[in-house]
Amino acid sequence: MKTGTKFAIGVAIVVVSAGWLMATGIKQSGQYFFTPTELSRKVATDPGFYDVGMKVGAHVVPGSVVRDVATSTLKFSVADGGAAYPVVFHGLPPDTFTDSVEVVVEGRLQKDGVIHATDVLAKCGSRYEAVPKA
Amino acid sequence: MSLLGDLALWIALLLGVWGALTGFTGGATGRTDLQQSSRNAVFALCATLLVAVFALEWLLFAHDFNVEYVAAHISSNLPTFYTWSALYSGQQGSMLFWAAVLTAFGSFAMVFTAPRHRVYLPYVSAVVCVVALFFVVTMLFAANPFDRLPYTPADGRGMNPQLQNPGMVFHPPMLYLGYISITIPFAFAVAALMSRRLDVDWLVAIRKWTILSWLFLSIGICLGMWWAYVELGWGGYWAWDPVENASFLPWLVMTAFLHSVMIQEKRGMLKKWNLGLILAAWVLSIFGTFLTRSGVIQSVHSFTQSPVGAYFSWFLFAAIGLLGYLYLTRLPLLKAEATLESLVSRESAFLFNNLFLVGIAVTVLVLTLFPILSELVGDKISPKAPTFNFVNVPLGIALLTLTGIGPLIAWRRASLPNLKRQFAAPVTTGVVAALVILLLGMRQVWPIITIAVAMFVMGTVAQEFARGARARHRQYGEMYPVAFFHLIARNRRRYGGYIVHTGIVMLFVAFAGMAFKVETEASLKPGQSVSLASPYGWTYTFKHLGVSQYDALNRQVTAGTVVVSRNGRTIGTMVPEKRQHVDGLGNPTFEPSTAPAIRSDLREDLYVVLGGVVGGTETAVYRFTINPLVWWVWYGGMIVVFGGVIVMWPSGTVGGTRVAAGYAAKIGATE
Repeated sequence: MKTGTKFAIGVAIVVVSAGWLMATGIKQSGQYFFTPTELSRKVATDPGFYDVGMKVGAHVVPGSVVRDVATSTLKFSVADGGAAYPVVFHGLPPDTFTDSVEVVVEGRLQKDGVIHATDVLAKCGSRYEAVPKA
Repeated sequence: MSLLGDLALWIALLLGVWGALTGFTGGATGRTDLQQSSRNAVFALCATLLVAVFALEWLLFAHDFNVEYVAAHISSNLPTFYTWSALYSGQQGSMLFWAAVLTAFGSFAMVFTAPRHRVYLPYVSAVVCVVALFFVVTMLFAANPFDRLPYTPADGRGMNPQLQNPGMVFHPPMLYLGYISITIPFAFAVAALMSRRLDVDWLVAIRKWTILSWLFLSIGICLGMWWAYVELGWGGYWAWDPVENASFLPWLVMTAFLHSVMIQEKRGMLKKWNLGLILAAWVLSIFGTFLTRSGVIQSVHSFTQSPVGAYFSWFLFAAIGLLGYLYLTRLPLLKAEATLESLVSRESAFLFNNLFLVGIAVTVLVLTLFPILSELVGDKISPKAPTFNFVNVPLGIALLTLTGIGPLIAWRRASLPNLKRQFAAPVTTGVVAALVILLLGMRQVWPIITIAVAMFVMGTVAQEFARGARARHRQYGEMYPVAFFHLIARNRRRYGGYIVHTGIVMLFVAFAGMAFKVETEASLKPGQSVSLASPYGWTYTFKHLGVSQYDALNRQVTAGTVVVSRNGRTIGTMVPEKRQHVDGLGNPTFEPSTAPAIRSDLREDLYVVLGGVVGGTETAVYRFTINPLVWWVWYGGMIVVFGGVIVMWPSGTVGGTRVAAGYAAKIGATE
């Protein structure tokens, strides 16, 4: 076999394995990313769409945040104008979390209609930009 | 002062246009008056932008809160140290910083480029002007740092407390210096393409610049990891966040270039590839700047809200189009002078090294953009850190293996004796290391492989240093320490490279260590404690003593005090804090921020975060994390940078002539 051919085979192996790794990786640990509106539409079209790992990006509904430091439980609602979902989270919320930020909630929507979050990320405004003034 | 700044930006606009026009026409027609004018335009542009920087700093230090940028980014009680850094903590200011530094680098290039490389300079100055012009235009029409508000707030909003950290004062400028300095080698690449002078000359002209930007990127990324670790309080240093990835991408491509360029110098191969890498690195540097300054990954929709995003994407599209055209039309001039002779050769090892580096860059890019790409075709799916790790751990280990193979294997075609002589000892080292850790009880597959490969690479590096020093000892009768020192001093590129590899090996081992991270969360009343078993088999006990609250300079601090003991023996006290920053009038600004308490040694870090205090009591919620081998990340990073500095260090008088002669001989050989 010519060296060029051998090399091409080597390159193909690397490229194919990188592609395979990406496809498998996304299948295994990639997550749906919805806005509340998209989630409600998805649930409407696919009634079995519960207990699936996903991220939901939305605004925290002002005034909806209930913190219980003793059990480190955080309850709040997220909305995007179209739909709203209540969220329950056990753990430490990030510093930037308040009732007026955009958040990305990582977790599963359960049959009770509540998103049980495993992680809450407060969106760091366009990398630590100050919020535009009113 | 804002008037001065505005004026400076408008003058910069005119100078940029002038410098670009005269540069391109001067280069094309060979008219020296135009070339000289373009060169002067770069100097003038640099001076003008420095005036604008001065104006902005003046406004910041004068606390002129009528200026929107000042009101949005500092407050009157912000420490001076951080007031200074507000120049680049916001979008508008960082663009000014970009443009100013770029023209400063451009000016250095104009002054310090060796006479025989001057032919490229008209195009270089033109490209520098065009890129600077882009930032000036974006500032003037979409993000002016000198815009005034219709009213004057009593105090500014203050700086985001997460940015009030020494790491944050140096991390962004270092990263920006890395991004920005790529423009200079890029400008030379464009100059080579436009002037059709595509021999090895332009590569020699940019050698120092490429190492310099690689060095800045390396420092910037390390500082970013350190900042994330000590300031953000989530317990790690790398999360595959889009912004982190944005800095990693050009670093990967530059690393690939620094390796593949050696193949072009030695063998006249990979010309198209090297040019492509420089162009890609530059596009990624602009893309990285753009990514850090827009919310495009979180949501495609947020992107249209910021006019800056539109400016960046148009600029990128136009640049990619023009570069693509330029590149394709010059392809016939980029014929390789040699072909690959064997798969078992240094050329081949370097090719695969490049393939893996660029492959990792492509996967990181695709995964970073995957939320956007998938949203275009259906449901938005976003890869998480485990996805990135799943893909990059195997690719990274393959790359690490090549780090050991590449420098030792013979050029052209490696023979069996060559392979035996070079690899017998290192391979044995790796295998023995794997057996030892298996006997010690480690069972996780990837960490074992990582450590085995790491030891193999260290074996090759140690063997190289030992053989080199012994050769000098025999030939010149030098004492071993002297021989060792001279070895590095006389072959900075080679042995500096080995030092960089050593640092990279340390980083890989440290990353493998993170597979053994353990953590627990607990809500503790004073006197209560919680235990955590470390991966080394010790038991740490964290006892909560109580909570204290006090006011500091610009913040109210809530601190928890924790006594730590290892296997029953007290080893110290840790005090994690929760901070509420306030403005000059005592009103809270921003959200409470976390200051973790960290206890670090060679083996592992204890990392304690105070989550909160139950109102009215001294009951505190903590997160206790044990992070193995984090120390090795910081020191590995320092060694990488140290090695880079050695590679870059200007040749002295004694070794210098010899090194220069060596280069000249090589260049002669390829022509």
